[in-house]
Amino acid sequence: MAEEVLLRMTGISKEFPGVKALDDVHLDVEAGTVHALMGENGAGKSTLMKVLAGIYTADAGSININGVPITVPDSATALKLGISMIHQELSPVPAMMVAENIYLGREPLNRFGLVDKGLMIRKAQALFDKWQIDINPRATMSTLVVAQMQMVEIAKAISYDARLIVMDEPTSAISEREVAHLHRIIRSLRDSGVAIIYITHKMDEVFKIADFVTVFRDGRHVSTLPAGELDRQKLITLMVGRELTHLFPKEDIEIGDVVMSVRGLTRKGVIEDISFDLRRGEILGLAGLMGAGRTEVLEAIFGVTKTDAGTITVNGKQLTIGSPADAIKAGMGLLTEDRKKTGIMGVLSVRDNMSIANLDRFSPNGILRKGQINAACEAQRTALALKTPSLAQVIKNLSGGNQQKVLVSRWLLTLPDVLMIDEPTRGIDVGAKSEIHRLMSGLAKEGKAILMVSSEMPEILGMSDRVLVMSGGRITAEFSRAEATQERVLEAATVVAPAA
Amino acid sequence: MTAAAPASSGRVSREAITSFLRKYLIVFIFLGMCVLLAIFTPNNSFLKPQNLINIVRQITVTGLLALGVMLCIIALGIDLSLGSVLGFAAVVSASLVQQPGWKEALWPNLPQLPAIVAVFAGLGVGLALGSVNGGLIAVFKIPPFIATLGMMTIARGFAYIYSNGRPVSTLNPDFLWIGGGDILGIPVPIIIFGIAILLMHMMLNFTRFGRHIYAIGGNETAARVSGVNIGRTKVGIYAISGLMAGLGGIVITARTQSATPALGMGYELDAIAAAVIGGTSFAGGIGTVWGTVVGALIIGVMRNGMDLLNVSPFYQQVVQGIVIIVAIIIDERKNR
Repeated sequence: MAEEVLLRMTGISKEFPGVKALDDVHLDVEAGTVHALMGENGAGKSTLMKVLAGIYTADAGSININGVPITVPDSATALKLGISMIHQELSPVPAMMVAENIYLGREPLNRFGLVDKGLMIRKAQALFDKWQIDINPRATMSTLVVAQMQMVEIAKAISYDARLIVMDEPTSAISEREVAHLHRIIRSLRDSGVAIIYITHKMDEVFKIADFVTVFRDGRHVSTLPAGELDRQKLITLMVGRELTHLFPKEDIEIGDVVMSVRGLTRKGVIEDISFDLRRGEILGLAGLMGAGRTEVLEAIFGVTKTDAGTITVNGKQLTIGSPADAIKAGMGLLTEDRKKTGIMGVLSVRDNMSIANLDRFSPNGILRKGQINAACEAQRTALALKTPSLAQVIKNLSGGNQQKVLVSRWLLTLPDVLMIDEPTRGIDVGAKSEIHRLMSGLAKEGKAILMVSSEMPEILGMSDRVLVMSGGRITAEFSRAEATQERVLEAATVVAPAA
Repeated sequence: MTAAAPASSGRVSREAITSFLRKYLIVFIFLGMCVLLAIFTPNNSFLKPQNLINIVRQITVTGLLALGVMLCIIALGIDLSLGSVLGFAAVVSASLVQQPGWKEALWPNLPQLPAIVAVFAGLGVGLALGSVNGGLIAVFKIPPFIATLGMMTIARGFAYIYSNGRPVSTLNPDFLWIGGGDILGIPVPIIIFGIAILLMHMMLNFTRFGRHIYAIGGNETAARVSGVNIGRTKVGIYAISGLMAGLGGIVITARTQSATPALGMGYELDAIAAAVIGGTSFAGGIGTVWGTVVGALIIGVMRNGMDLLNVSPFYQQVVQGIVIIVAIIIDERKNR
């Protein structure tokens, strides 16, 4: 079965204004295999898949399925041809039921031509039962957490009975346990002859799940190899075209005095009795599975959400924080988890995005000191090697890594003592990732205290001087850098803590 | 997945030109309209200085309202109450400067007040009602569309109640100077409009408040996490929008020498059209003062031109509707 070429894409090119996104790219995918697409952001993986799914039209090239040339003018045609896709960005209809989301646009009808909700729910339930997904098909989509929504999206893609399923970073929002679940589903699909194209930034997953790996770089096909012939270092080399010396370069430095003390921080039903100290020059990692309450801790400290109990002391002064503005004044910064939703202001310029948190200081009497803003932003641009044609560039035109740098700069401009970073490198490419890590390390060296939430184990282990593990809204373990191992952290993260 | 533009010099310069053309597309369209009208209007009537001044004078009120609603749209809101607030501000303002001793006056026993009192009263009405809009939106989290829809009816009701449903006329010459006078040959309404444009431009581009407006439209959550006081900024936005309506009410009353409680009905729609034609994006975060002014000019020139070409007013409405829709389509494509 594994010898049969199901999908053959040849000579695919696609140009966007100013960017050659795909340049004469080819890809063969055999039935009954898992084929990983790897490459830095902007390498062309998602673009190629969007061509396949009928979202973009290629400028040149041909697509064959089972040797038959096809054209894919739109997504409906792609589905008819047996190609379904899980997109990087979820697009649920929040007010509808889970079942309605799954059968959106192909609702089962009764004999009067009306939607048969009962049948739809039964079909969804059967689908969930088959794949052991524990979600109520009657639940309203908006009541689900992101990880559950992602599972619904996966179930939806499977429900088309496709021959080829494209998964574009399906695990970026789900925890390790759900990743394992997804991988079981993928293996079972593969064994039944379905081809899976799997796009991810997480290398561990590739070696766990993929049969073949194709690497793209700068819109070109670099190589296709059986996964068995690759290892981590080789793969990284292929992706970036250069040797990466340090993936996680947190330097050992003298840890200073306590900058921030959190005691008994509680938000009922979400986080319970959170206490810890954060020291100058330290990177404190906050590990845990999705939904453990890590992000909620940062939001509570920063005044994004209200708390029911607890105290926060910064530089010896106990604070009353009612809003993020108070937290900023007290010397804190918060780089949020979801860059697009809560981080960047997409249509505004790099300069506006960078300066927004520090406008109070840039305009003491309400009038902007434009020269000062420009100078400060230029300095950041140089210091962080930000790749942008100008500070006036609209931020959404930058790559994910560069957007993240702008957000780091946003907080550096406020000269914080405490910098909280939620998922510092989510969805950004390997090169930018290591730059962000080097940057964080440098900040710690300058004496900043960093509280980092990360779902990537290597990042937690590599970057943290100390690791706190959370589960069920509580802190379940604390490890020094030397003590922390993958097994220990994972064990503490899966401790069933009494519900917060 | 979008990468920054590569640094190939030939490509960059071509891009710079394209982006320049895109940015100022609306200006070229406006100039194109003017050229066509200059060629096709009989007796060169379009280009006569008096006609051009008329156009600008006619758009001042729409333009003032458009500047106000532009702020709301940039911050992902809307102000539907502008026309009604204008009407209420107009009758209040006019009632304070009716000729003393005139028996039909709203306040027959009122002594002659300086015109400035009426001006402040009109502005005060606009500011107050706008602040209420902002409060409803910021404190009670009512969607701007609904809050200002309610205010649209309420303010119109106030205008009728206050004036007993009658026109307020026979006004002091001092006050009428605002609408009919001139300084060095430039009509006062145009001067007022010019000052409003300048102040608004400075506020949006040179103050912290202005940056906060764009930030809210760009991403309200991100703005909040960055320390922007969302509530205070929103109250400010709607207060200024109301203030512009008050100012518009004063100008139009002084120009037409009378205020009726029905004054300004539907004006908010022209204002929204001007802002949108001028490139203010309903997706938030995008909009410029100069764009909005050009948008208002386009509406003015279009109407004037069609008058000169003897196009029936019935057809004029259809054309204006088409222009609004085409403007949105262009905007959509530009931002893709």
